[in-house]
Amino acid sequence: MAAGVVEHHLSQAEVAQLAKPRRPLGAKIGVVASYVGMALIVIYCILPFYWMIVSSLRLPSMGLSTSFLPDPPSIENFKGVFSGQNNFGRSLINSVIISGATTIITLLVGMVAAYALARLQFKGKGGVLWIIMACSMFPQITLIVPLLKMFSQTDPFEWFPYWINTYQGVILPYLAFGLPLAVWNLTAFFRQLPVELEHAAMVDGCTPGQAFRKVIVPLAAPGVFTTAIIVFIGAWNEFLIALTFLQDANMQTATVAISKFTGTTGFDTPYGTIMAAGVIVTVPLLAAVLIFQRRIVAGLTAGGVK
Amino acid sequence: MATATAVSKPSTATGDGHKRKKNAFSDGQGRLAWMLLAPTLLVIFVMAGIPVVMSIRESFFANDNAPDPTTGLIKQGESFVGIKNFAQIFTSTDVVQGNWGTMNRFWNAFLNTSMITIVCVVIETVLGVAMALIMSKAFRGRGFVRAGILVPWAIPTIVSALMWKLIFDANGVMNKILGQQILWLSDTFSSFWAIVIADSWKTAPFIGLLTLAGLQTIPAEVYEAAKVDGASAIQQFTQITLPMVKPTLVVAVLFRTLDTLRMFDLPYGMIGPGKYRVETLSVFAYQETQATRFGSAAAYSMVLFIYVLLVAYLFVRVLGADVIGEKAPKKKKVKKNDRNDTQAAPVSGIELAGGAH
Repeated sequence: MAAGVVEHHLSQAEVAQLAKPRRPLGAKIGVVASYVGMALIVIYCILPFYWMIVSSLRLPSMGLSTSFLPDPPSIENFKGVFSGQNNFGRSLINSVIISGATTIITLLVGMVAAYALARLQFKGKGGVLWIIMACSMFPQITLIVPLLKMFSQTDPFEWFPYWINTYQGVILPYLAFGLPLAVWNLTAFFRQLPVELEHAAMVDGCTPGQAFRKVIVPLAAPGVFTTAIIVFIGAWNEFLIALTFLQDANMQTATVAISKFTGTTGFDTPYGTIMAAGVIVTVPLLAAVLIFQRRIVAGLTAGGVK
Repeated sequence: MATATAVSKPSTATGDGHKRKKNAFSDGQGRLAWMLLAPTLLVIFVMAGIPVVMSIRESFFANDNAPDPTTGLIKQGESFVGIKNFAQIFTSTDVVQGNWGTMNRFWNAFLNTSMITIVCVVIETVLGVAMALIMSKAFRGRGFVRAGILVPWAIPTIVSALMWKLIFDANGVMNKILGQQILWLSDTFSSFWAIVIADSWKTAPFIGLLTLAGLQTIPAEVYEAAKVDGASAIQQFTQITLPMVKPTLVVAVLFRTLDTLRMFDLPYGMIGPGKYRVETLSVFAYQETQATRFGSAAAYSMVLFIYVLLVAYLFVRVLGADVIGEKAPKKKKVKKNDRNDTQAAPVSGIELAGGAH
């Protein structure tokens, strides 16, 4: 593995070098070079994550060890993550509830909007697209200040319900960021479906609503599913809003909980526990991403890659 | 695609319409469309529109922190202070020592944000394009590489921040490999580079992925024709590859830029809050919120918002980023003149999907 790391450090220069278009020196050299290049890319992407996994499998006392294999391997850190004071199990449940609710609401609301944008002609469509677009450019911090005052019943908002430490206090702001993304994605998917399918359904006696439910939704299922994964990952990974609005240890999400491991165990940063928690939070996402990688890439590039 | 719009326009009239036959711009279809859009627009209005307006209002207010003359208690509440919060940006005596010399804390954060963005985006674009070129040359194993590339993307930013914190620890593996004793995490200039490295790791592969999608739209015949005409490899790259991949790349770079401008998780999680060498505008404004100075927090976040809008505007105007337009990365024909089509298949804008979080 030591050799692997050294290679990783050469990789940036190497990648740039390899990226220059080559003269045809012979197909074989080209093939070998492309494999080397791809290997470097994979090493570049995977190696830091490998370090996280290795560090999580050490003994808790060996958090800063720099050996490339855990010696001796141990799952103590993983046990530590779920020990009493860290409350990590609860955080995971909170994350699942918040991300799940965000995803479902985003899809339900976003799907009808995307259908309108993809299929209907109306005045002001360009304006709507720009509004949705602009919404996704927003720095989250711009929303934090007014929403914090609103949810905490500060000065002009005494009438507003107290929403700090509630699920809806983060789910609703998440919608503001999830919806633009979902609407863009789904609009692209709906547009790819031939409109003749709906014609045929309506000739056979469907109402437009039925045509949408029975023809379009099932056919767009892959697109809807991809959008769901992307929105879910976005909500699962969100940090700033959750950090601000979920201050109670029983309500915080997994990302916030991980960031707070630092303070709880003395002066040393409990790296082993943090890395173990990081692995736990990341692995389900990675599994989903790897299983559905084709679809996700297609979703991210909006049908550019099939 | 121009063709797609041409097909869908006439057909929607009959396709979706209502019981009666209506033409494409009939009232009925418009009303249906607005009904379908209403929930989305409502959420955006309530959760983004209203807060922005309130944020603007807030930026003209400040805490009353003078003691009340009659009771001697600190007065609660806020009062209107005009542009004082913004004027503070220029007049504040809260001076800090950062990477760019000793200056007012706001300008320090502003310069940090700008420099991190410029350096990161340049490195990520170069690396990303390089990765895309390698992948486009691959015969087999592309799926495997793509899986690897999605790993940094899927890891939560805060987790990756803590992961890099471990790697960059004074006794950590990075110093061991380099054989140096660099204090990456101690608010030094190295902290700046630590942020750049960690951010590039997470997002360069992503730019690579999007660029690859753009590369795959270039038909092989174009290259064959160029070869017949005797174009060198470098000429092919600068004359064919770059111009043809530019629309995809510009949008990808735009969204990366906007995303980096609002960076929060990485400096906050990796170096920590209150470290002036890496304090971005988002972190600074957050710190002000934590100190319950909502007025100045709102003012600084408004400056960031305006900055983001300005950059987006420049991208659209100068580089012709086609954000809501038509130039989708499609396999078949991508012609440069497609971009004049403004009524919108919002396809190439989708890149924000990944960039947004």
